[in-house]
Amino acid sequence: MSRKLWGENVARREDIRLVQGQGQFTDDRVLPGMLYAAILRSPHAHAKIRQIDVASAQKMPGVIKVYTGSMVSGHLGTIPTAWIPPDSQLKMVPHPPLAVDRVRYVGEAVALVVAQDPYQAEEALYRILVDYEPLPAISDPVQALESSSPRLHEEAPENVALHWKVGTDTDEVFSGADVVVRQTFRQQRLIPNPMEPRSALVQYNSATGDMTAWLTTQNPHIHRFLMSGILGIPEHKLRVIAQDVGGGFGSKIACYADEVLTAFAARDLMRPVKWTESRSEHFVATTHGRDHYDEVELAGTKAGRVLAVRVKTYANMGAYLSTAGPGVPTILFGLIVNGAYDIAQASAEVYGVFTNTTPVDAYRGAGRPEATFLIERIMDVYAREIGMDPVELRRINLIKKEQFPYTNPFGIVYDSGDYHQTLDLALKTLDYASLRQEREALRRQHKYMGVGFSTYVEMCGLGPSQVAGAVGFQGGLWESATIRLHPTGKATVLTGASPHGQGEETTFGQIVADRLGIPLEDIDVVHGDTDRVSMGWGTYGSRSTAVGGGALAKAADRIVEKAKIIAAHMLEVPVGAVQYDAGQFYPEGSRERAVGIQDVTLQAHLGWNLPEGVEPGMEVSAFYDPTNFTYPFGTHVAVVSVDPDTGEVKLLRYLAVDDCGPAINPMIVEGQVHGGVVQGVGQALYEGAVYDGDGQLVSGSFMDYAMPKARFFPRLETQRTETPSPHNPLGVKGVGETGTIASTPAVVNAVMDALSSFGVVNLDMPLTPPKVWQAIQTSMAKGGPS
Amino acid sequence: MNDSKVTINLSVNGQDTTVRVPSRTLLSELLRDTLGLTGTHVGCDTSQCGVCTVWMDGLAVKSCTILAAQADQSAVVTVEGLARGITLHPVQRAFQAEHGLQCGFCTPGAMMLAAWYIQHHHETSETAIREALDGLICRCTGYENIVRSVQRALAFQQEDETPVAAGREEEVSS
Repeated sequence: MSRKLWGENVARREDIRLVQGQGQFTDDRVLPGMLYAAILRSPHAHAKIRQIDVASAQKMPGVIKVYTGSMVSGHLGTIPTAWIPPDSQLKMVPHPPLAVDRVRYVGEAVALVVAQDPYQAEEALYRILVDYEPLPAISDPVQALESSSPRLHEEAPENVALHWKVGTDTDEVFSGADVVVRQTFRQQRLIPNPMEPRSALVQYNSATGDMTAWLTTQNPHIHRFLMSGILGIPEHKLRVIAQDVGGGFGSKIACYADEVLTAFAARDLMRPVKWTESRSEHFVATTHGRDHYDEVELAGTKAGRVLAVRVKTYANMGAYLSTAGPGVPTILFGLIVNGAYDIAQASAEVYGVFTNTTPVDAYRGAGRPEATFLIERIMDVYAREIGMDPVELRRINLIKKEQFPYTNPFGIVYDSGDYHQTLDLALKTLDYASLRQEREALRRQHKYMGVGFSTYVEMCGLGPSQVAGAVGFQGGLWESATIRLHPTGKATVLTGASPHGQGEETTFGQIVADRLGIPLEDIDVVHGDTDRVSMGWGTYGSRSTAVGGGALAKAADRIVEKAKIIAAHMLEVPVGAVQYDAGQFYPEGSRERAVGIQDVTLQAHLGWNLPEGVEPGMEVSAFYDPTNFTYPFGTHVAVVSVDPDTGEVKLLRYLAVDDCGPAINPMIVEGQVHGGVVQGVGQALYEGAVYDGDGQLVSGSFMDYAMPKARFFPRLETQRTETPSPHNPLGVKGVGETGTIASTPAVVNAVMDALSSFGVVNLDMPLTPPKVWQAIQTSMAKGGPS
Repeated sequence: MNDSKVTINLSVNGQDTTVRVPSRTLLSELLRDTLGLTGTHVGCDTSQCGVCTVWMDGLAVKSCTILAAQADQSAVVTVEGLARGITLHPVQRAFQAEHGLQCGFCTPGAMMLAAWYIQHHHETSETAIREALDGLICRCTGYENIVRSVQRALAFQQEDETPVAAGREEEVSS
């Protein structure tokens, strides 16, 4: 197969509309007779609802109808969770779309107003009188387990949402080990903040019973599946469309009350209804990420060989279980806490805890950043304990090239890799030896530079459906692809993946163009419409290219297979004598007699003279279920300076060396790394959701929640190695989350390296100037830098 | 609530327009809801993100923070007005060439800011460009390729001003 476009930096096809302001995002759409919805949200973290009086709101100009929990509860199902990890004792608590008699977090939906314009809907919210009886609230997951803490749900008397253990028995190794290091870590809560706020526009045809919902979703078919059940609309009558979606980062996976309510109102009023969240609403009403307390222990030798690692985690689930919430701190976290290292014994124990906070679900990386942070940080703590360079320690413990496929202590099989190669490339690119010298020289002048490493591996490309079932994910994880060749040889490609910024309209086009020899401009990739695409599981977990691309390759091969039979007939030679290359079919050795795939396709459509038994038309579908996850890996290095007078951390250099297998479009791969790295650095240095003692989110806007800005960063340096994965036909591995997974610990390790002469081993993220300054001051009070 | 309406005369993307809207209407709402120019997006409600940036009388402004009434007698340019016919503006070509966008939601604001920058500044240094982008929040790109896009746009602009470089639109094809 010739690969003309594979590996090329093809300019993105989606950009043509997006740079001209001609994207179609959900909120851009206007329908005749459309009404606007607004949602009243609880101002209390925990309260009983004594009474709701909507009479005054109902009389406001333009108001069509006001809905409360008691009005909808008999007509709507509850908001489900779709991940039930086995052996986790998961407490399935009811989550009504509108609170009926109790609210459990600030931002929980209490009433819905539908009005003729958005201002009227918003104004009417202020006329709804809710008589709340505030209750004590708890936002911290560790405190929530104390017996004196307020309880959220009858079904979970200790506030324990789940308790899950995995791994080997590590006790013996720990009791006999020469070196044991322990550290507790706080992985703070983050707010996803895709730039497009969530939105829903729903139209209902009361005569046919057909409903169309334009949603900001990463997985329209999952939304159709879940909403069909909640609304009681047959799945074939519900069409979900996600045309252009402005980023997701996990926050647009979940099925939310807001979109269900919008659909409910559209059906009830028989008018199109649109709801769009404000950014302030996003902060409280869209799922959050991370929020762990972790206790990590590592047992090793004095010579730097890691023998065992043990993790105990308290994960904040928020007030209710979000769609994928329970799977994030368990399956996606616990099974990979050994990271990229050959560690014989490992275990993880996780408590998922209910608190009076916004529900927590996937956020870019989902569980794997948390696991990677722990192992990469504890490796540095261990290195310092035994007086070894963290690079040397990593070199000793990284899984070796010849150990693949490698089965980790949890039974997960890592596909392929050369971890040392990425480390060596990073060291060479940075000239590590001179960086160390520079660091020492600066230190003599009381200037503090630090270098931090993260040699990560992640588990992505979700995933084999059999595994999905075994780990309690209430869906499949295969992907579908359809290739439709039109009579003129142009192609429409349908994928069950649902990209929202990742560029698959281009990369998938590249795959098809290469396999079928059709020009890229003759191919349109369609996604995000449940009526056009029969089925699919969407875009998350860095799965689209590995799984959706796999399905596409399979479909393309089937097209070639069929076309070859017709071509043989046209060429009047046996099928076995037909050669295929780049869209051309020809008898062996006679390329000059070639017929093109476009000509073959025309004949297939005309059907005038097809070989016996061959059906007319040229359209095939393929459903592809991968044999395993994929395991991208690499080495990230951060170089920082810390100003001892102000505590300010400055990122001086950032190098990402990643291996995601062969890159279809290196430009897009690099872009994914850039974005991921900046988000991960955001966690290390800037971002953090803060709740006060009453459960109020005090970091509830872009004024209070520090998003990374352009001027915080130096030029990002990227390098790649290419180790194909044997787990899918393209050999590709996911790359959407690697940056976020790798960068957070690299930066924290760098800051701790800079602060090492002050004796600082650990500080909680984000590493803000006051926190760093305070740590330096504390050290100075004890006698200053060593 | 407020029922009062105002009449506004303004030019949008070179076209003179008269509209009568509630006095509280924001410029972003006038563009999106009244005029149907949905290329301008709204990403926050506190004037932080810059996604809604347009030009008003040659200045890059956050259209969510300006009342439509304040745009009376003004010339407003939005993303829909950047191109000259089928010829894309240098920043539009540069953003595609340098992969300066992913989801594309902040892109109209990013490009209006970038277009303003290259019209008024010729400083190609990263530091200067990163400072100039301070009014923008992008969650996808990590800004790296936006910075490169601005540098590329400066180069495109310079080429466009040189007569030999006419007819380079093929840069954006495919």
